[in-house]
Amino acid sequence: MSDAIATDELWRSVTPQVIGALVRRYRDFDRAEEAAQEALLAAAVQWPEQGVPDDPKAWLIRVASRRLIDGLRSDEARVRRELADATQAPADDLVAPPPDAVGAPGHDDSLTLLLLCCHPSLTPPARIALTLRAVGGLTTAQIAHAFLVPEATMAQRISRAKQRIRESGAEFRMPPPDELPARMSEVLHVLYLVFTEGHTASSGQRLHRIDLTAEAIRLTRQAHILLPDDGEVAGLLALMLLTEARRRARTNAAGELVPLAEQDRSLWDTAYIREGVALVTDALTRTRLGPYQVQAAIAAVHDEAPTAADTDWEQVLTLYGVLERLAPGPVVSLNRAVALAMVEGPAAGLAVLEDLAHDKRLAGHHRLHAVRAHLLELAGDAESARESYLLASRLTTSIPEQDHLRRRAEAL
Amino acid sequence: MKYLLMIWSNPQTWGHPIFLRTTEAAAMTDDERAGMLRDFEELLAEISESGELVTGQALADPITARSVRVRDGESVVTDGPFVESKEQLAGYFVVDCASPHRAEEIAGRFPDARFAVVEVRPLMDGSEQDL
Repeated sequence: MSDAIATDELWRSVTPQVIGALVRRYRDFDRAEEAAQEALLAAAVQWPEQGVPDDPKAWLIRVASRRLIDGLRSDEARVRRELADATQAPADDLVAPPPDAVGAPGHDDSLTLLLLCCHPSLTPPARIALTLRAVGGLTTAQIAHAFLVPEATMAQRISRAKQRIRESGAEFRMPPPDELPARMSEVLHVLYLVFTEGHTASSGQRLHRIDLTAEAIRLTRQAHILLPDDGEVAGLLALMLLTEARRRARTNAAGELVPLAEQDRSLWDTAYIREGVALVTDALTRTRLGPYQVQAAIAAVHDEAPTAADTDWEQVLTLYGVLERLAPGPVVSLNRAVALAMVEGPAAGLAVLEDLAHDKRLAGHHRLHAVRAHLLELAGDAESARESYLLASRLTTSIPEQDHLRRRAEAL
Repeated sequence: MKYLLMIWSNPQTWGHPIFLRTTEAAAMTDDERAGMLRDFEELLAEISESGELVTGQALADPITARSVRVRDGESVVTDGPFVESKEQLAGYFVVDCASPHRAEEIAGRFPDARFAVVEVRPLMDGSEQDL
């Protein structure tokens, strides 16, 4: 690993702590975030030449504070109030703390910042953008590139999000304990969306783009370190690791999608599987049950099967039943129908699909037709299976999935 | 998810914004036309400020269109658009929205939707989620 990469990792891991320290002091998220970005740019220029400072976090906070105060000075309307606040700051907030002081307070700030970035007043895309920039330390250009939108569009989304937070009067502090679970579940949803967005890159473009799945895992890992006793944070991290473990097997050399049952399991990442299984096992035994833990448990059942035929479908079916009660939704029911078909035969699964087809949210969804096609194929009705595969292929917006579904139809 | 919004119109004369060149707009009062323009500008401000607007352009008069066909290795260029219909493609927008419902809501706020039609189509991507 090169020094440049090590430096990049280092400053991105301290970014939320730098922003957190500034917001706590100046109560201005917008400026704090801008100032932190400027300090990161200064670090990008100076550190390679002058070496990484002994305490990079303190260096960044010092430089960012200076930028922020410069900004405030040029803003006549606010200068008096903000500087009064600044001068009341204990001097050691603005300069390097003694080495033994690094740690605890910064960690609290990261979590508060994450909660602020996922504030309920923001739309999901705005939460994602702000989280990646303020907590993930990515530049606007990197985020725009990752989401395949122009930089101006992403800049607008971020600046609008910051404005929204200001208007909502949200404060930089931990929510009260009774609100925390709901707020954390918003945070986890945002991290999960970042993770799934990571699958949207086509393999050719991925080389030049920030790997959003890796970024989501990194941020969720941070959240897990901050909240080790939150079973859903652990569950989400486990789900990501157990899904990511299959990444290399998910496409073949030709770039075609390979379904789970046909994947070369020797390509699965055993270290990720071990870590994911350990995380979810621990969470299930000592924390309150939640949907991410159940989804991770389902992923673990698949990942622990040496071959597709060894899959413990009874257990998968039980777990989907639990998930259906905890977090009901059409996609969960669809997945449960597949598990039911594997345990009791395709006819049982197809009967469930009949009911699901009346659900408006699913009726025009390609996945309903893809699942029906698969079950019809298992039932030996090749002609109907072919029709359903073709309909599903027309409905999906994913090019690799469309190719896959069409290949299935043609193979019948 | 990104969507292409196709603005179809049947104007009396070509121009921008196209919805003001329709028979229906011509029959309106000045105030009504000004109100429609204001609504449209508000919509544009809203979706650019929210970061939903990815890109958008008005198209030139279909009289300027050239349709290119290559047959047996020979390129044949003809005047005029490929689609011969009363309504013409007048412009397009790409929006990046949280839901298909939101894309339809934006489409419904283009004044053109009142006179002709705004077609909403999701863009395909390279997503490779587990099957």
